Amino acid sequence: MTAAAGGAVAVVWPFIDQMNPAADTLALASIEFDLSKVVEGQQVVIKWRGKPVFVRNRTPKEVAAAVKDDSASMKDPQKDAERVKPGHANWLIVGGNCTHLGCVPTFGGGDYGGWFCPCHGSVYDTSGRIRKGPAPKNLVVPDYAFLSDTKVKIG
Amino acid sequence: MSGHSTYEPKTGIERWLDARLPIVRLGYDSFVDYPTPRNLNYWWTFGGILSLCLASQLITGIILVMHYTPSADHAFASVEHIMRDVNYGWLLRYTHANGASMFFIAVYLHMFRGLYYGSYKPPREVLWILGCVIYLLMMATAFMGYVLPWGQMSFHGAVVITNIIGAIPVIGGPILTWLQGGFAVDNATLNRFFSLHYLLPFMIAGVVILHIWALHVVGQNNPTGIDPKSKHDTLPFTPYATVKDGFAMSVFLILFAVFVFYMPNALGHADNYIEANPLVTPSHIVPEWYFLPFYAILRAVPDKVMGVLAMFGAIGVLFALPWLDTSKVRSMRYRPMAKLYFIILLVVCVILGFCGAKLPDDQVIPGLVTGITPLDNDLNSWVWLSRLATAYYFAYFVVIMPLLGLIETPLPTPETIASPALSHPATTPAGATADAEKKG
Ligand code: FES
Repeated sequence: MTAAAGGAVAVVWPFIDQMNPAADTLALASIEFDLSKVVEGQQVVIKWRGKPVFVRNRTPKEVAAAVKDDSASMKDPQKDAERVKPGHANWLIVGGNCTHLGCVPTFGGGDYGGWFCPCHGSVYDTSGRIRKGPAPKNLVVPDYAFLSDTKVKIG
Repeated sequence: MSGHSTYEPKTGIERWLDARLPIVRLGYDSFVDYPTPRNLNYWWTFGGILSLCLASQLITGIILVMHYTPSADHAFASVEHIMRDVNYGWLLRYTHANGASMFFIAVYLHMFRGLYYGSYKPPREVLWILGCVIYLLMMATAFMGYVLPWGQMSFHGAVVITNIIGAIPVIGGPILTWLQGGFAVDNATLNRFFSLHYLLPFMIAGVVILHIWALHVVGQNNPTGIDPKSKHDTLPFTPYATVKDGFAMSVFLILFAVFVFYMPNALGHADNYIEANPLVTPSHIVPEWYFLPFYAILRAVPDKVMGVLAMFGAIGVLFALPWLDTSKVRSMRYRPMAKLYFIILLVVCVILGFCGAKLPDDQVIPGLVTGITPLDNDLNSWVWLSRLATAYYFAYFVVIMPLLGLIETPLPTPETIASPALSHPATTPAGATADAEKKG
């Protein structure tokens, strides 16, 4: 009986597991990006693992606005300092997919000057935190490290 | 309705076949001699029209596959190749793309017909549920088909819809990766959608056979909602229903042709003629028109998981309808209050469709700012209109239908299907009419 069940599972499993990401998809490694390409007040969208990543060079005003709101009531409370690397407060690097259903929010839109998601109206502030709309979480900060002042490695 | 068969094989070969595989008998009993209620109106022709739609989608689809390339790098170009280079490719693709819309127009009319005339009530619960299964399969098929051209709308529609599954707590994440075959919608996603888009229509065809089988066991409902009692109440399927269905199909095909030949892109979205780009979402992303009401429900709920549940619930509630409607009377022709609420439901569904097409925060009445902002949205916004409409949609099924059956006084129903016609004052003695009224 147990043997039969085990056999059945062994037969079915390959048919299910083949749907999971293939080895070459999993192997998509990290990328390096040269920050000098991004002027202050702008963002560059790069593709990492098939998805967009926002690299935003924030103006001092935008950083100040984000820090000022640290204590505002939020769905997913987080301080601006926790979302950037120390000493690089102007650089905000976040995943470019809305945490609602994955659309790519537009730069600079919405009431907080961060991003506005055109799909269902989620509004993010200049720290990529969710402030309004259906999205439950802040824009995700990926694993990354500064290799030098002008170079980051994502992933 | 499966009475005993009246088929008599006439030639020797028919007799020979009938003793071995009575397939001609099956056809005869189902589509020639099959008794249909004599009072069926044109709302009953959509079953035939839907079979026609399915056949048309299957044929054009199988042909399109001969020219299409399922690959993230080539799909978009291969669709353009079909449109520009393949002989009559434009016709095949436009027929297939508009055919999906036609299919949904017909299925919605068919479903509202069932809702109005109580075609889901005993003994037709299984028939109704099979219909709901077909509808679900149709939605899955249509969605996956829309992804195949790999345009901007295809791509970001796929992102949004697969992420809806990802919203399910705990298991959602792994299922999402499993569905997409990677960390994002990509080539792997396109290929599995292509495979399933080819498979599902055949599954639909299978469930359609069950649907028709169930129909032939319990018999067709009819506008009065009362069961045929004698031969006077029915007519043979051929020629009566075949001719009526045939006429309705012809009219429907004219509408179909108007779309295919004169306004082939009217129901589509211009952004889908831009190749998929994962880095930019079109500024106004909307699903195809037939999903708009559900999309409005999704957006009406401010919470992600609840929104997804509400959207699936809106379809799920249809499955439970046979047990939610407590009325003894089938047809709303004799249910004055239910009729009123049904008409409101119709309007509400159309409103939801409009809401789904608009930006949530835009104003319904231009220029008016109420300043009242419950749940962070101004009262004069599409999102609030869709919240009200969503509330009515669910109330209709889970509150109004169960309660109405208990409090409503239905009008008298006729004794038999034939009696309203036969009891016309000109044809029957006065007593017969009064009799029918009393017993109803
Ligand atoms: S995907 Fe961004 S609000 Fe829904």
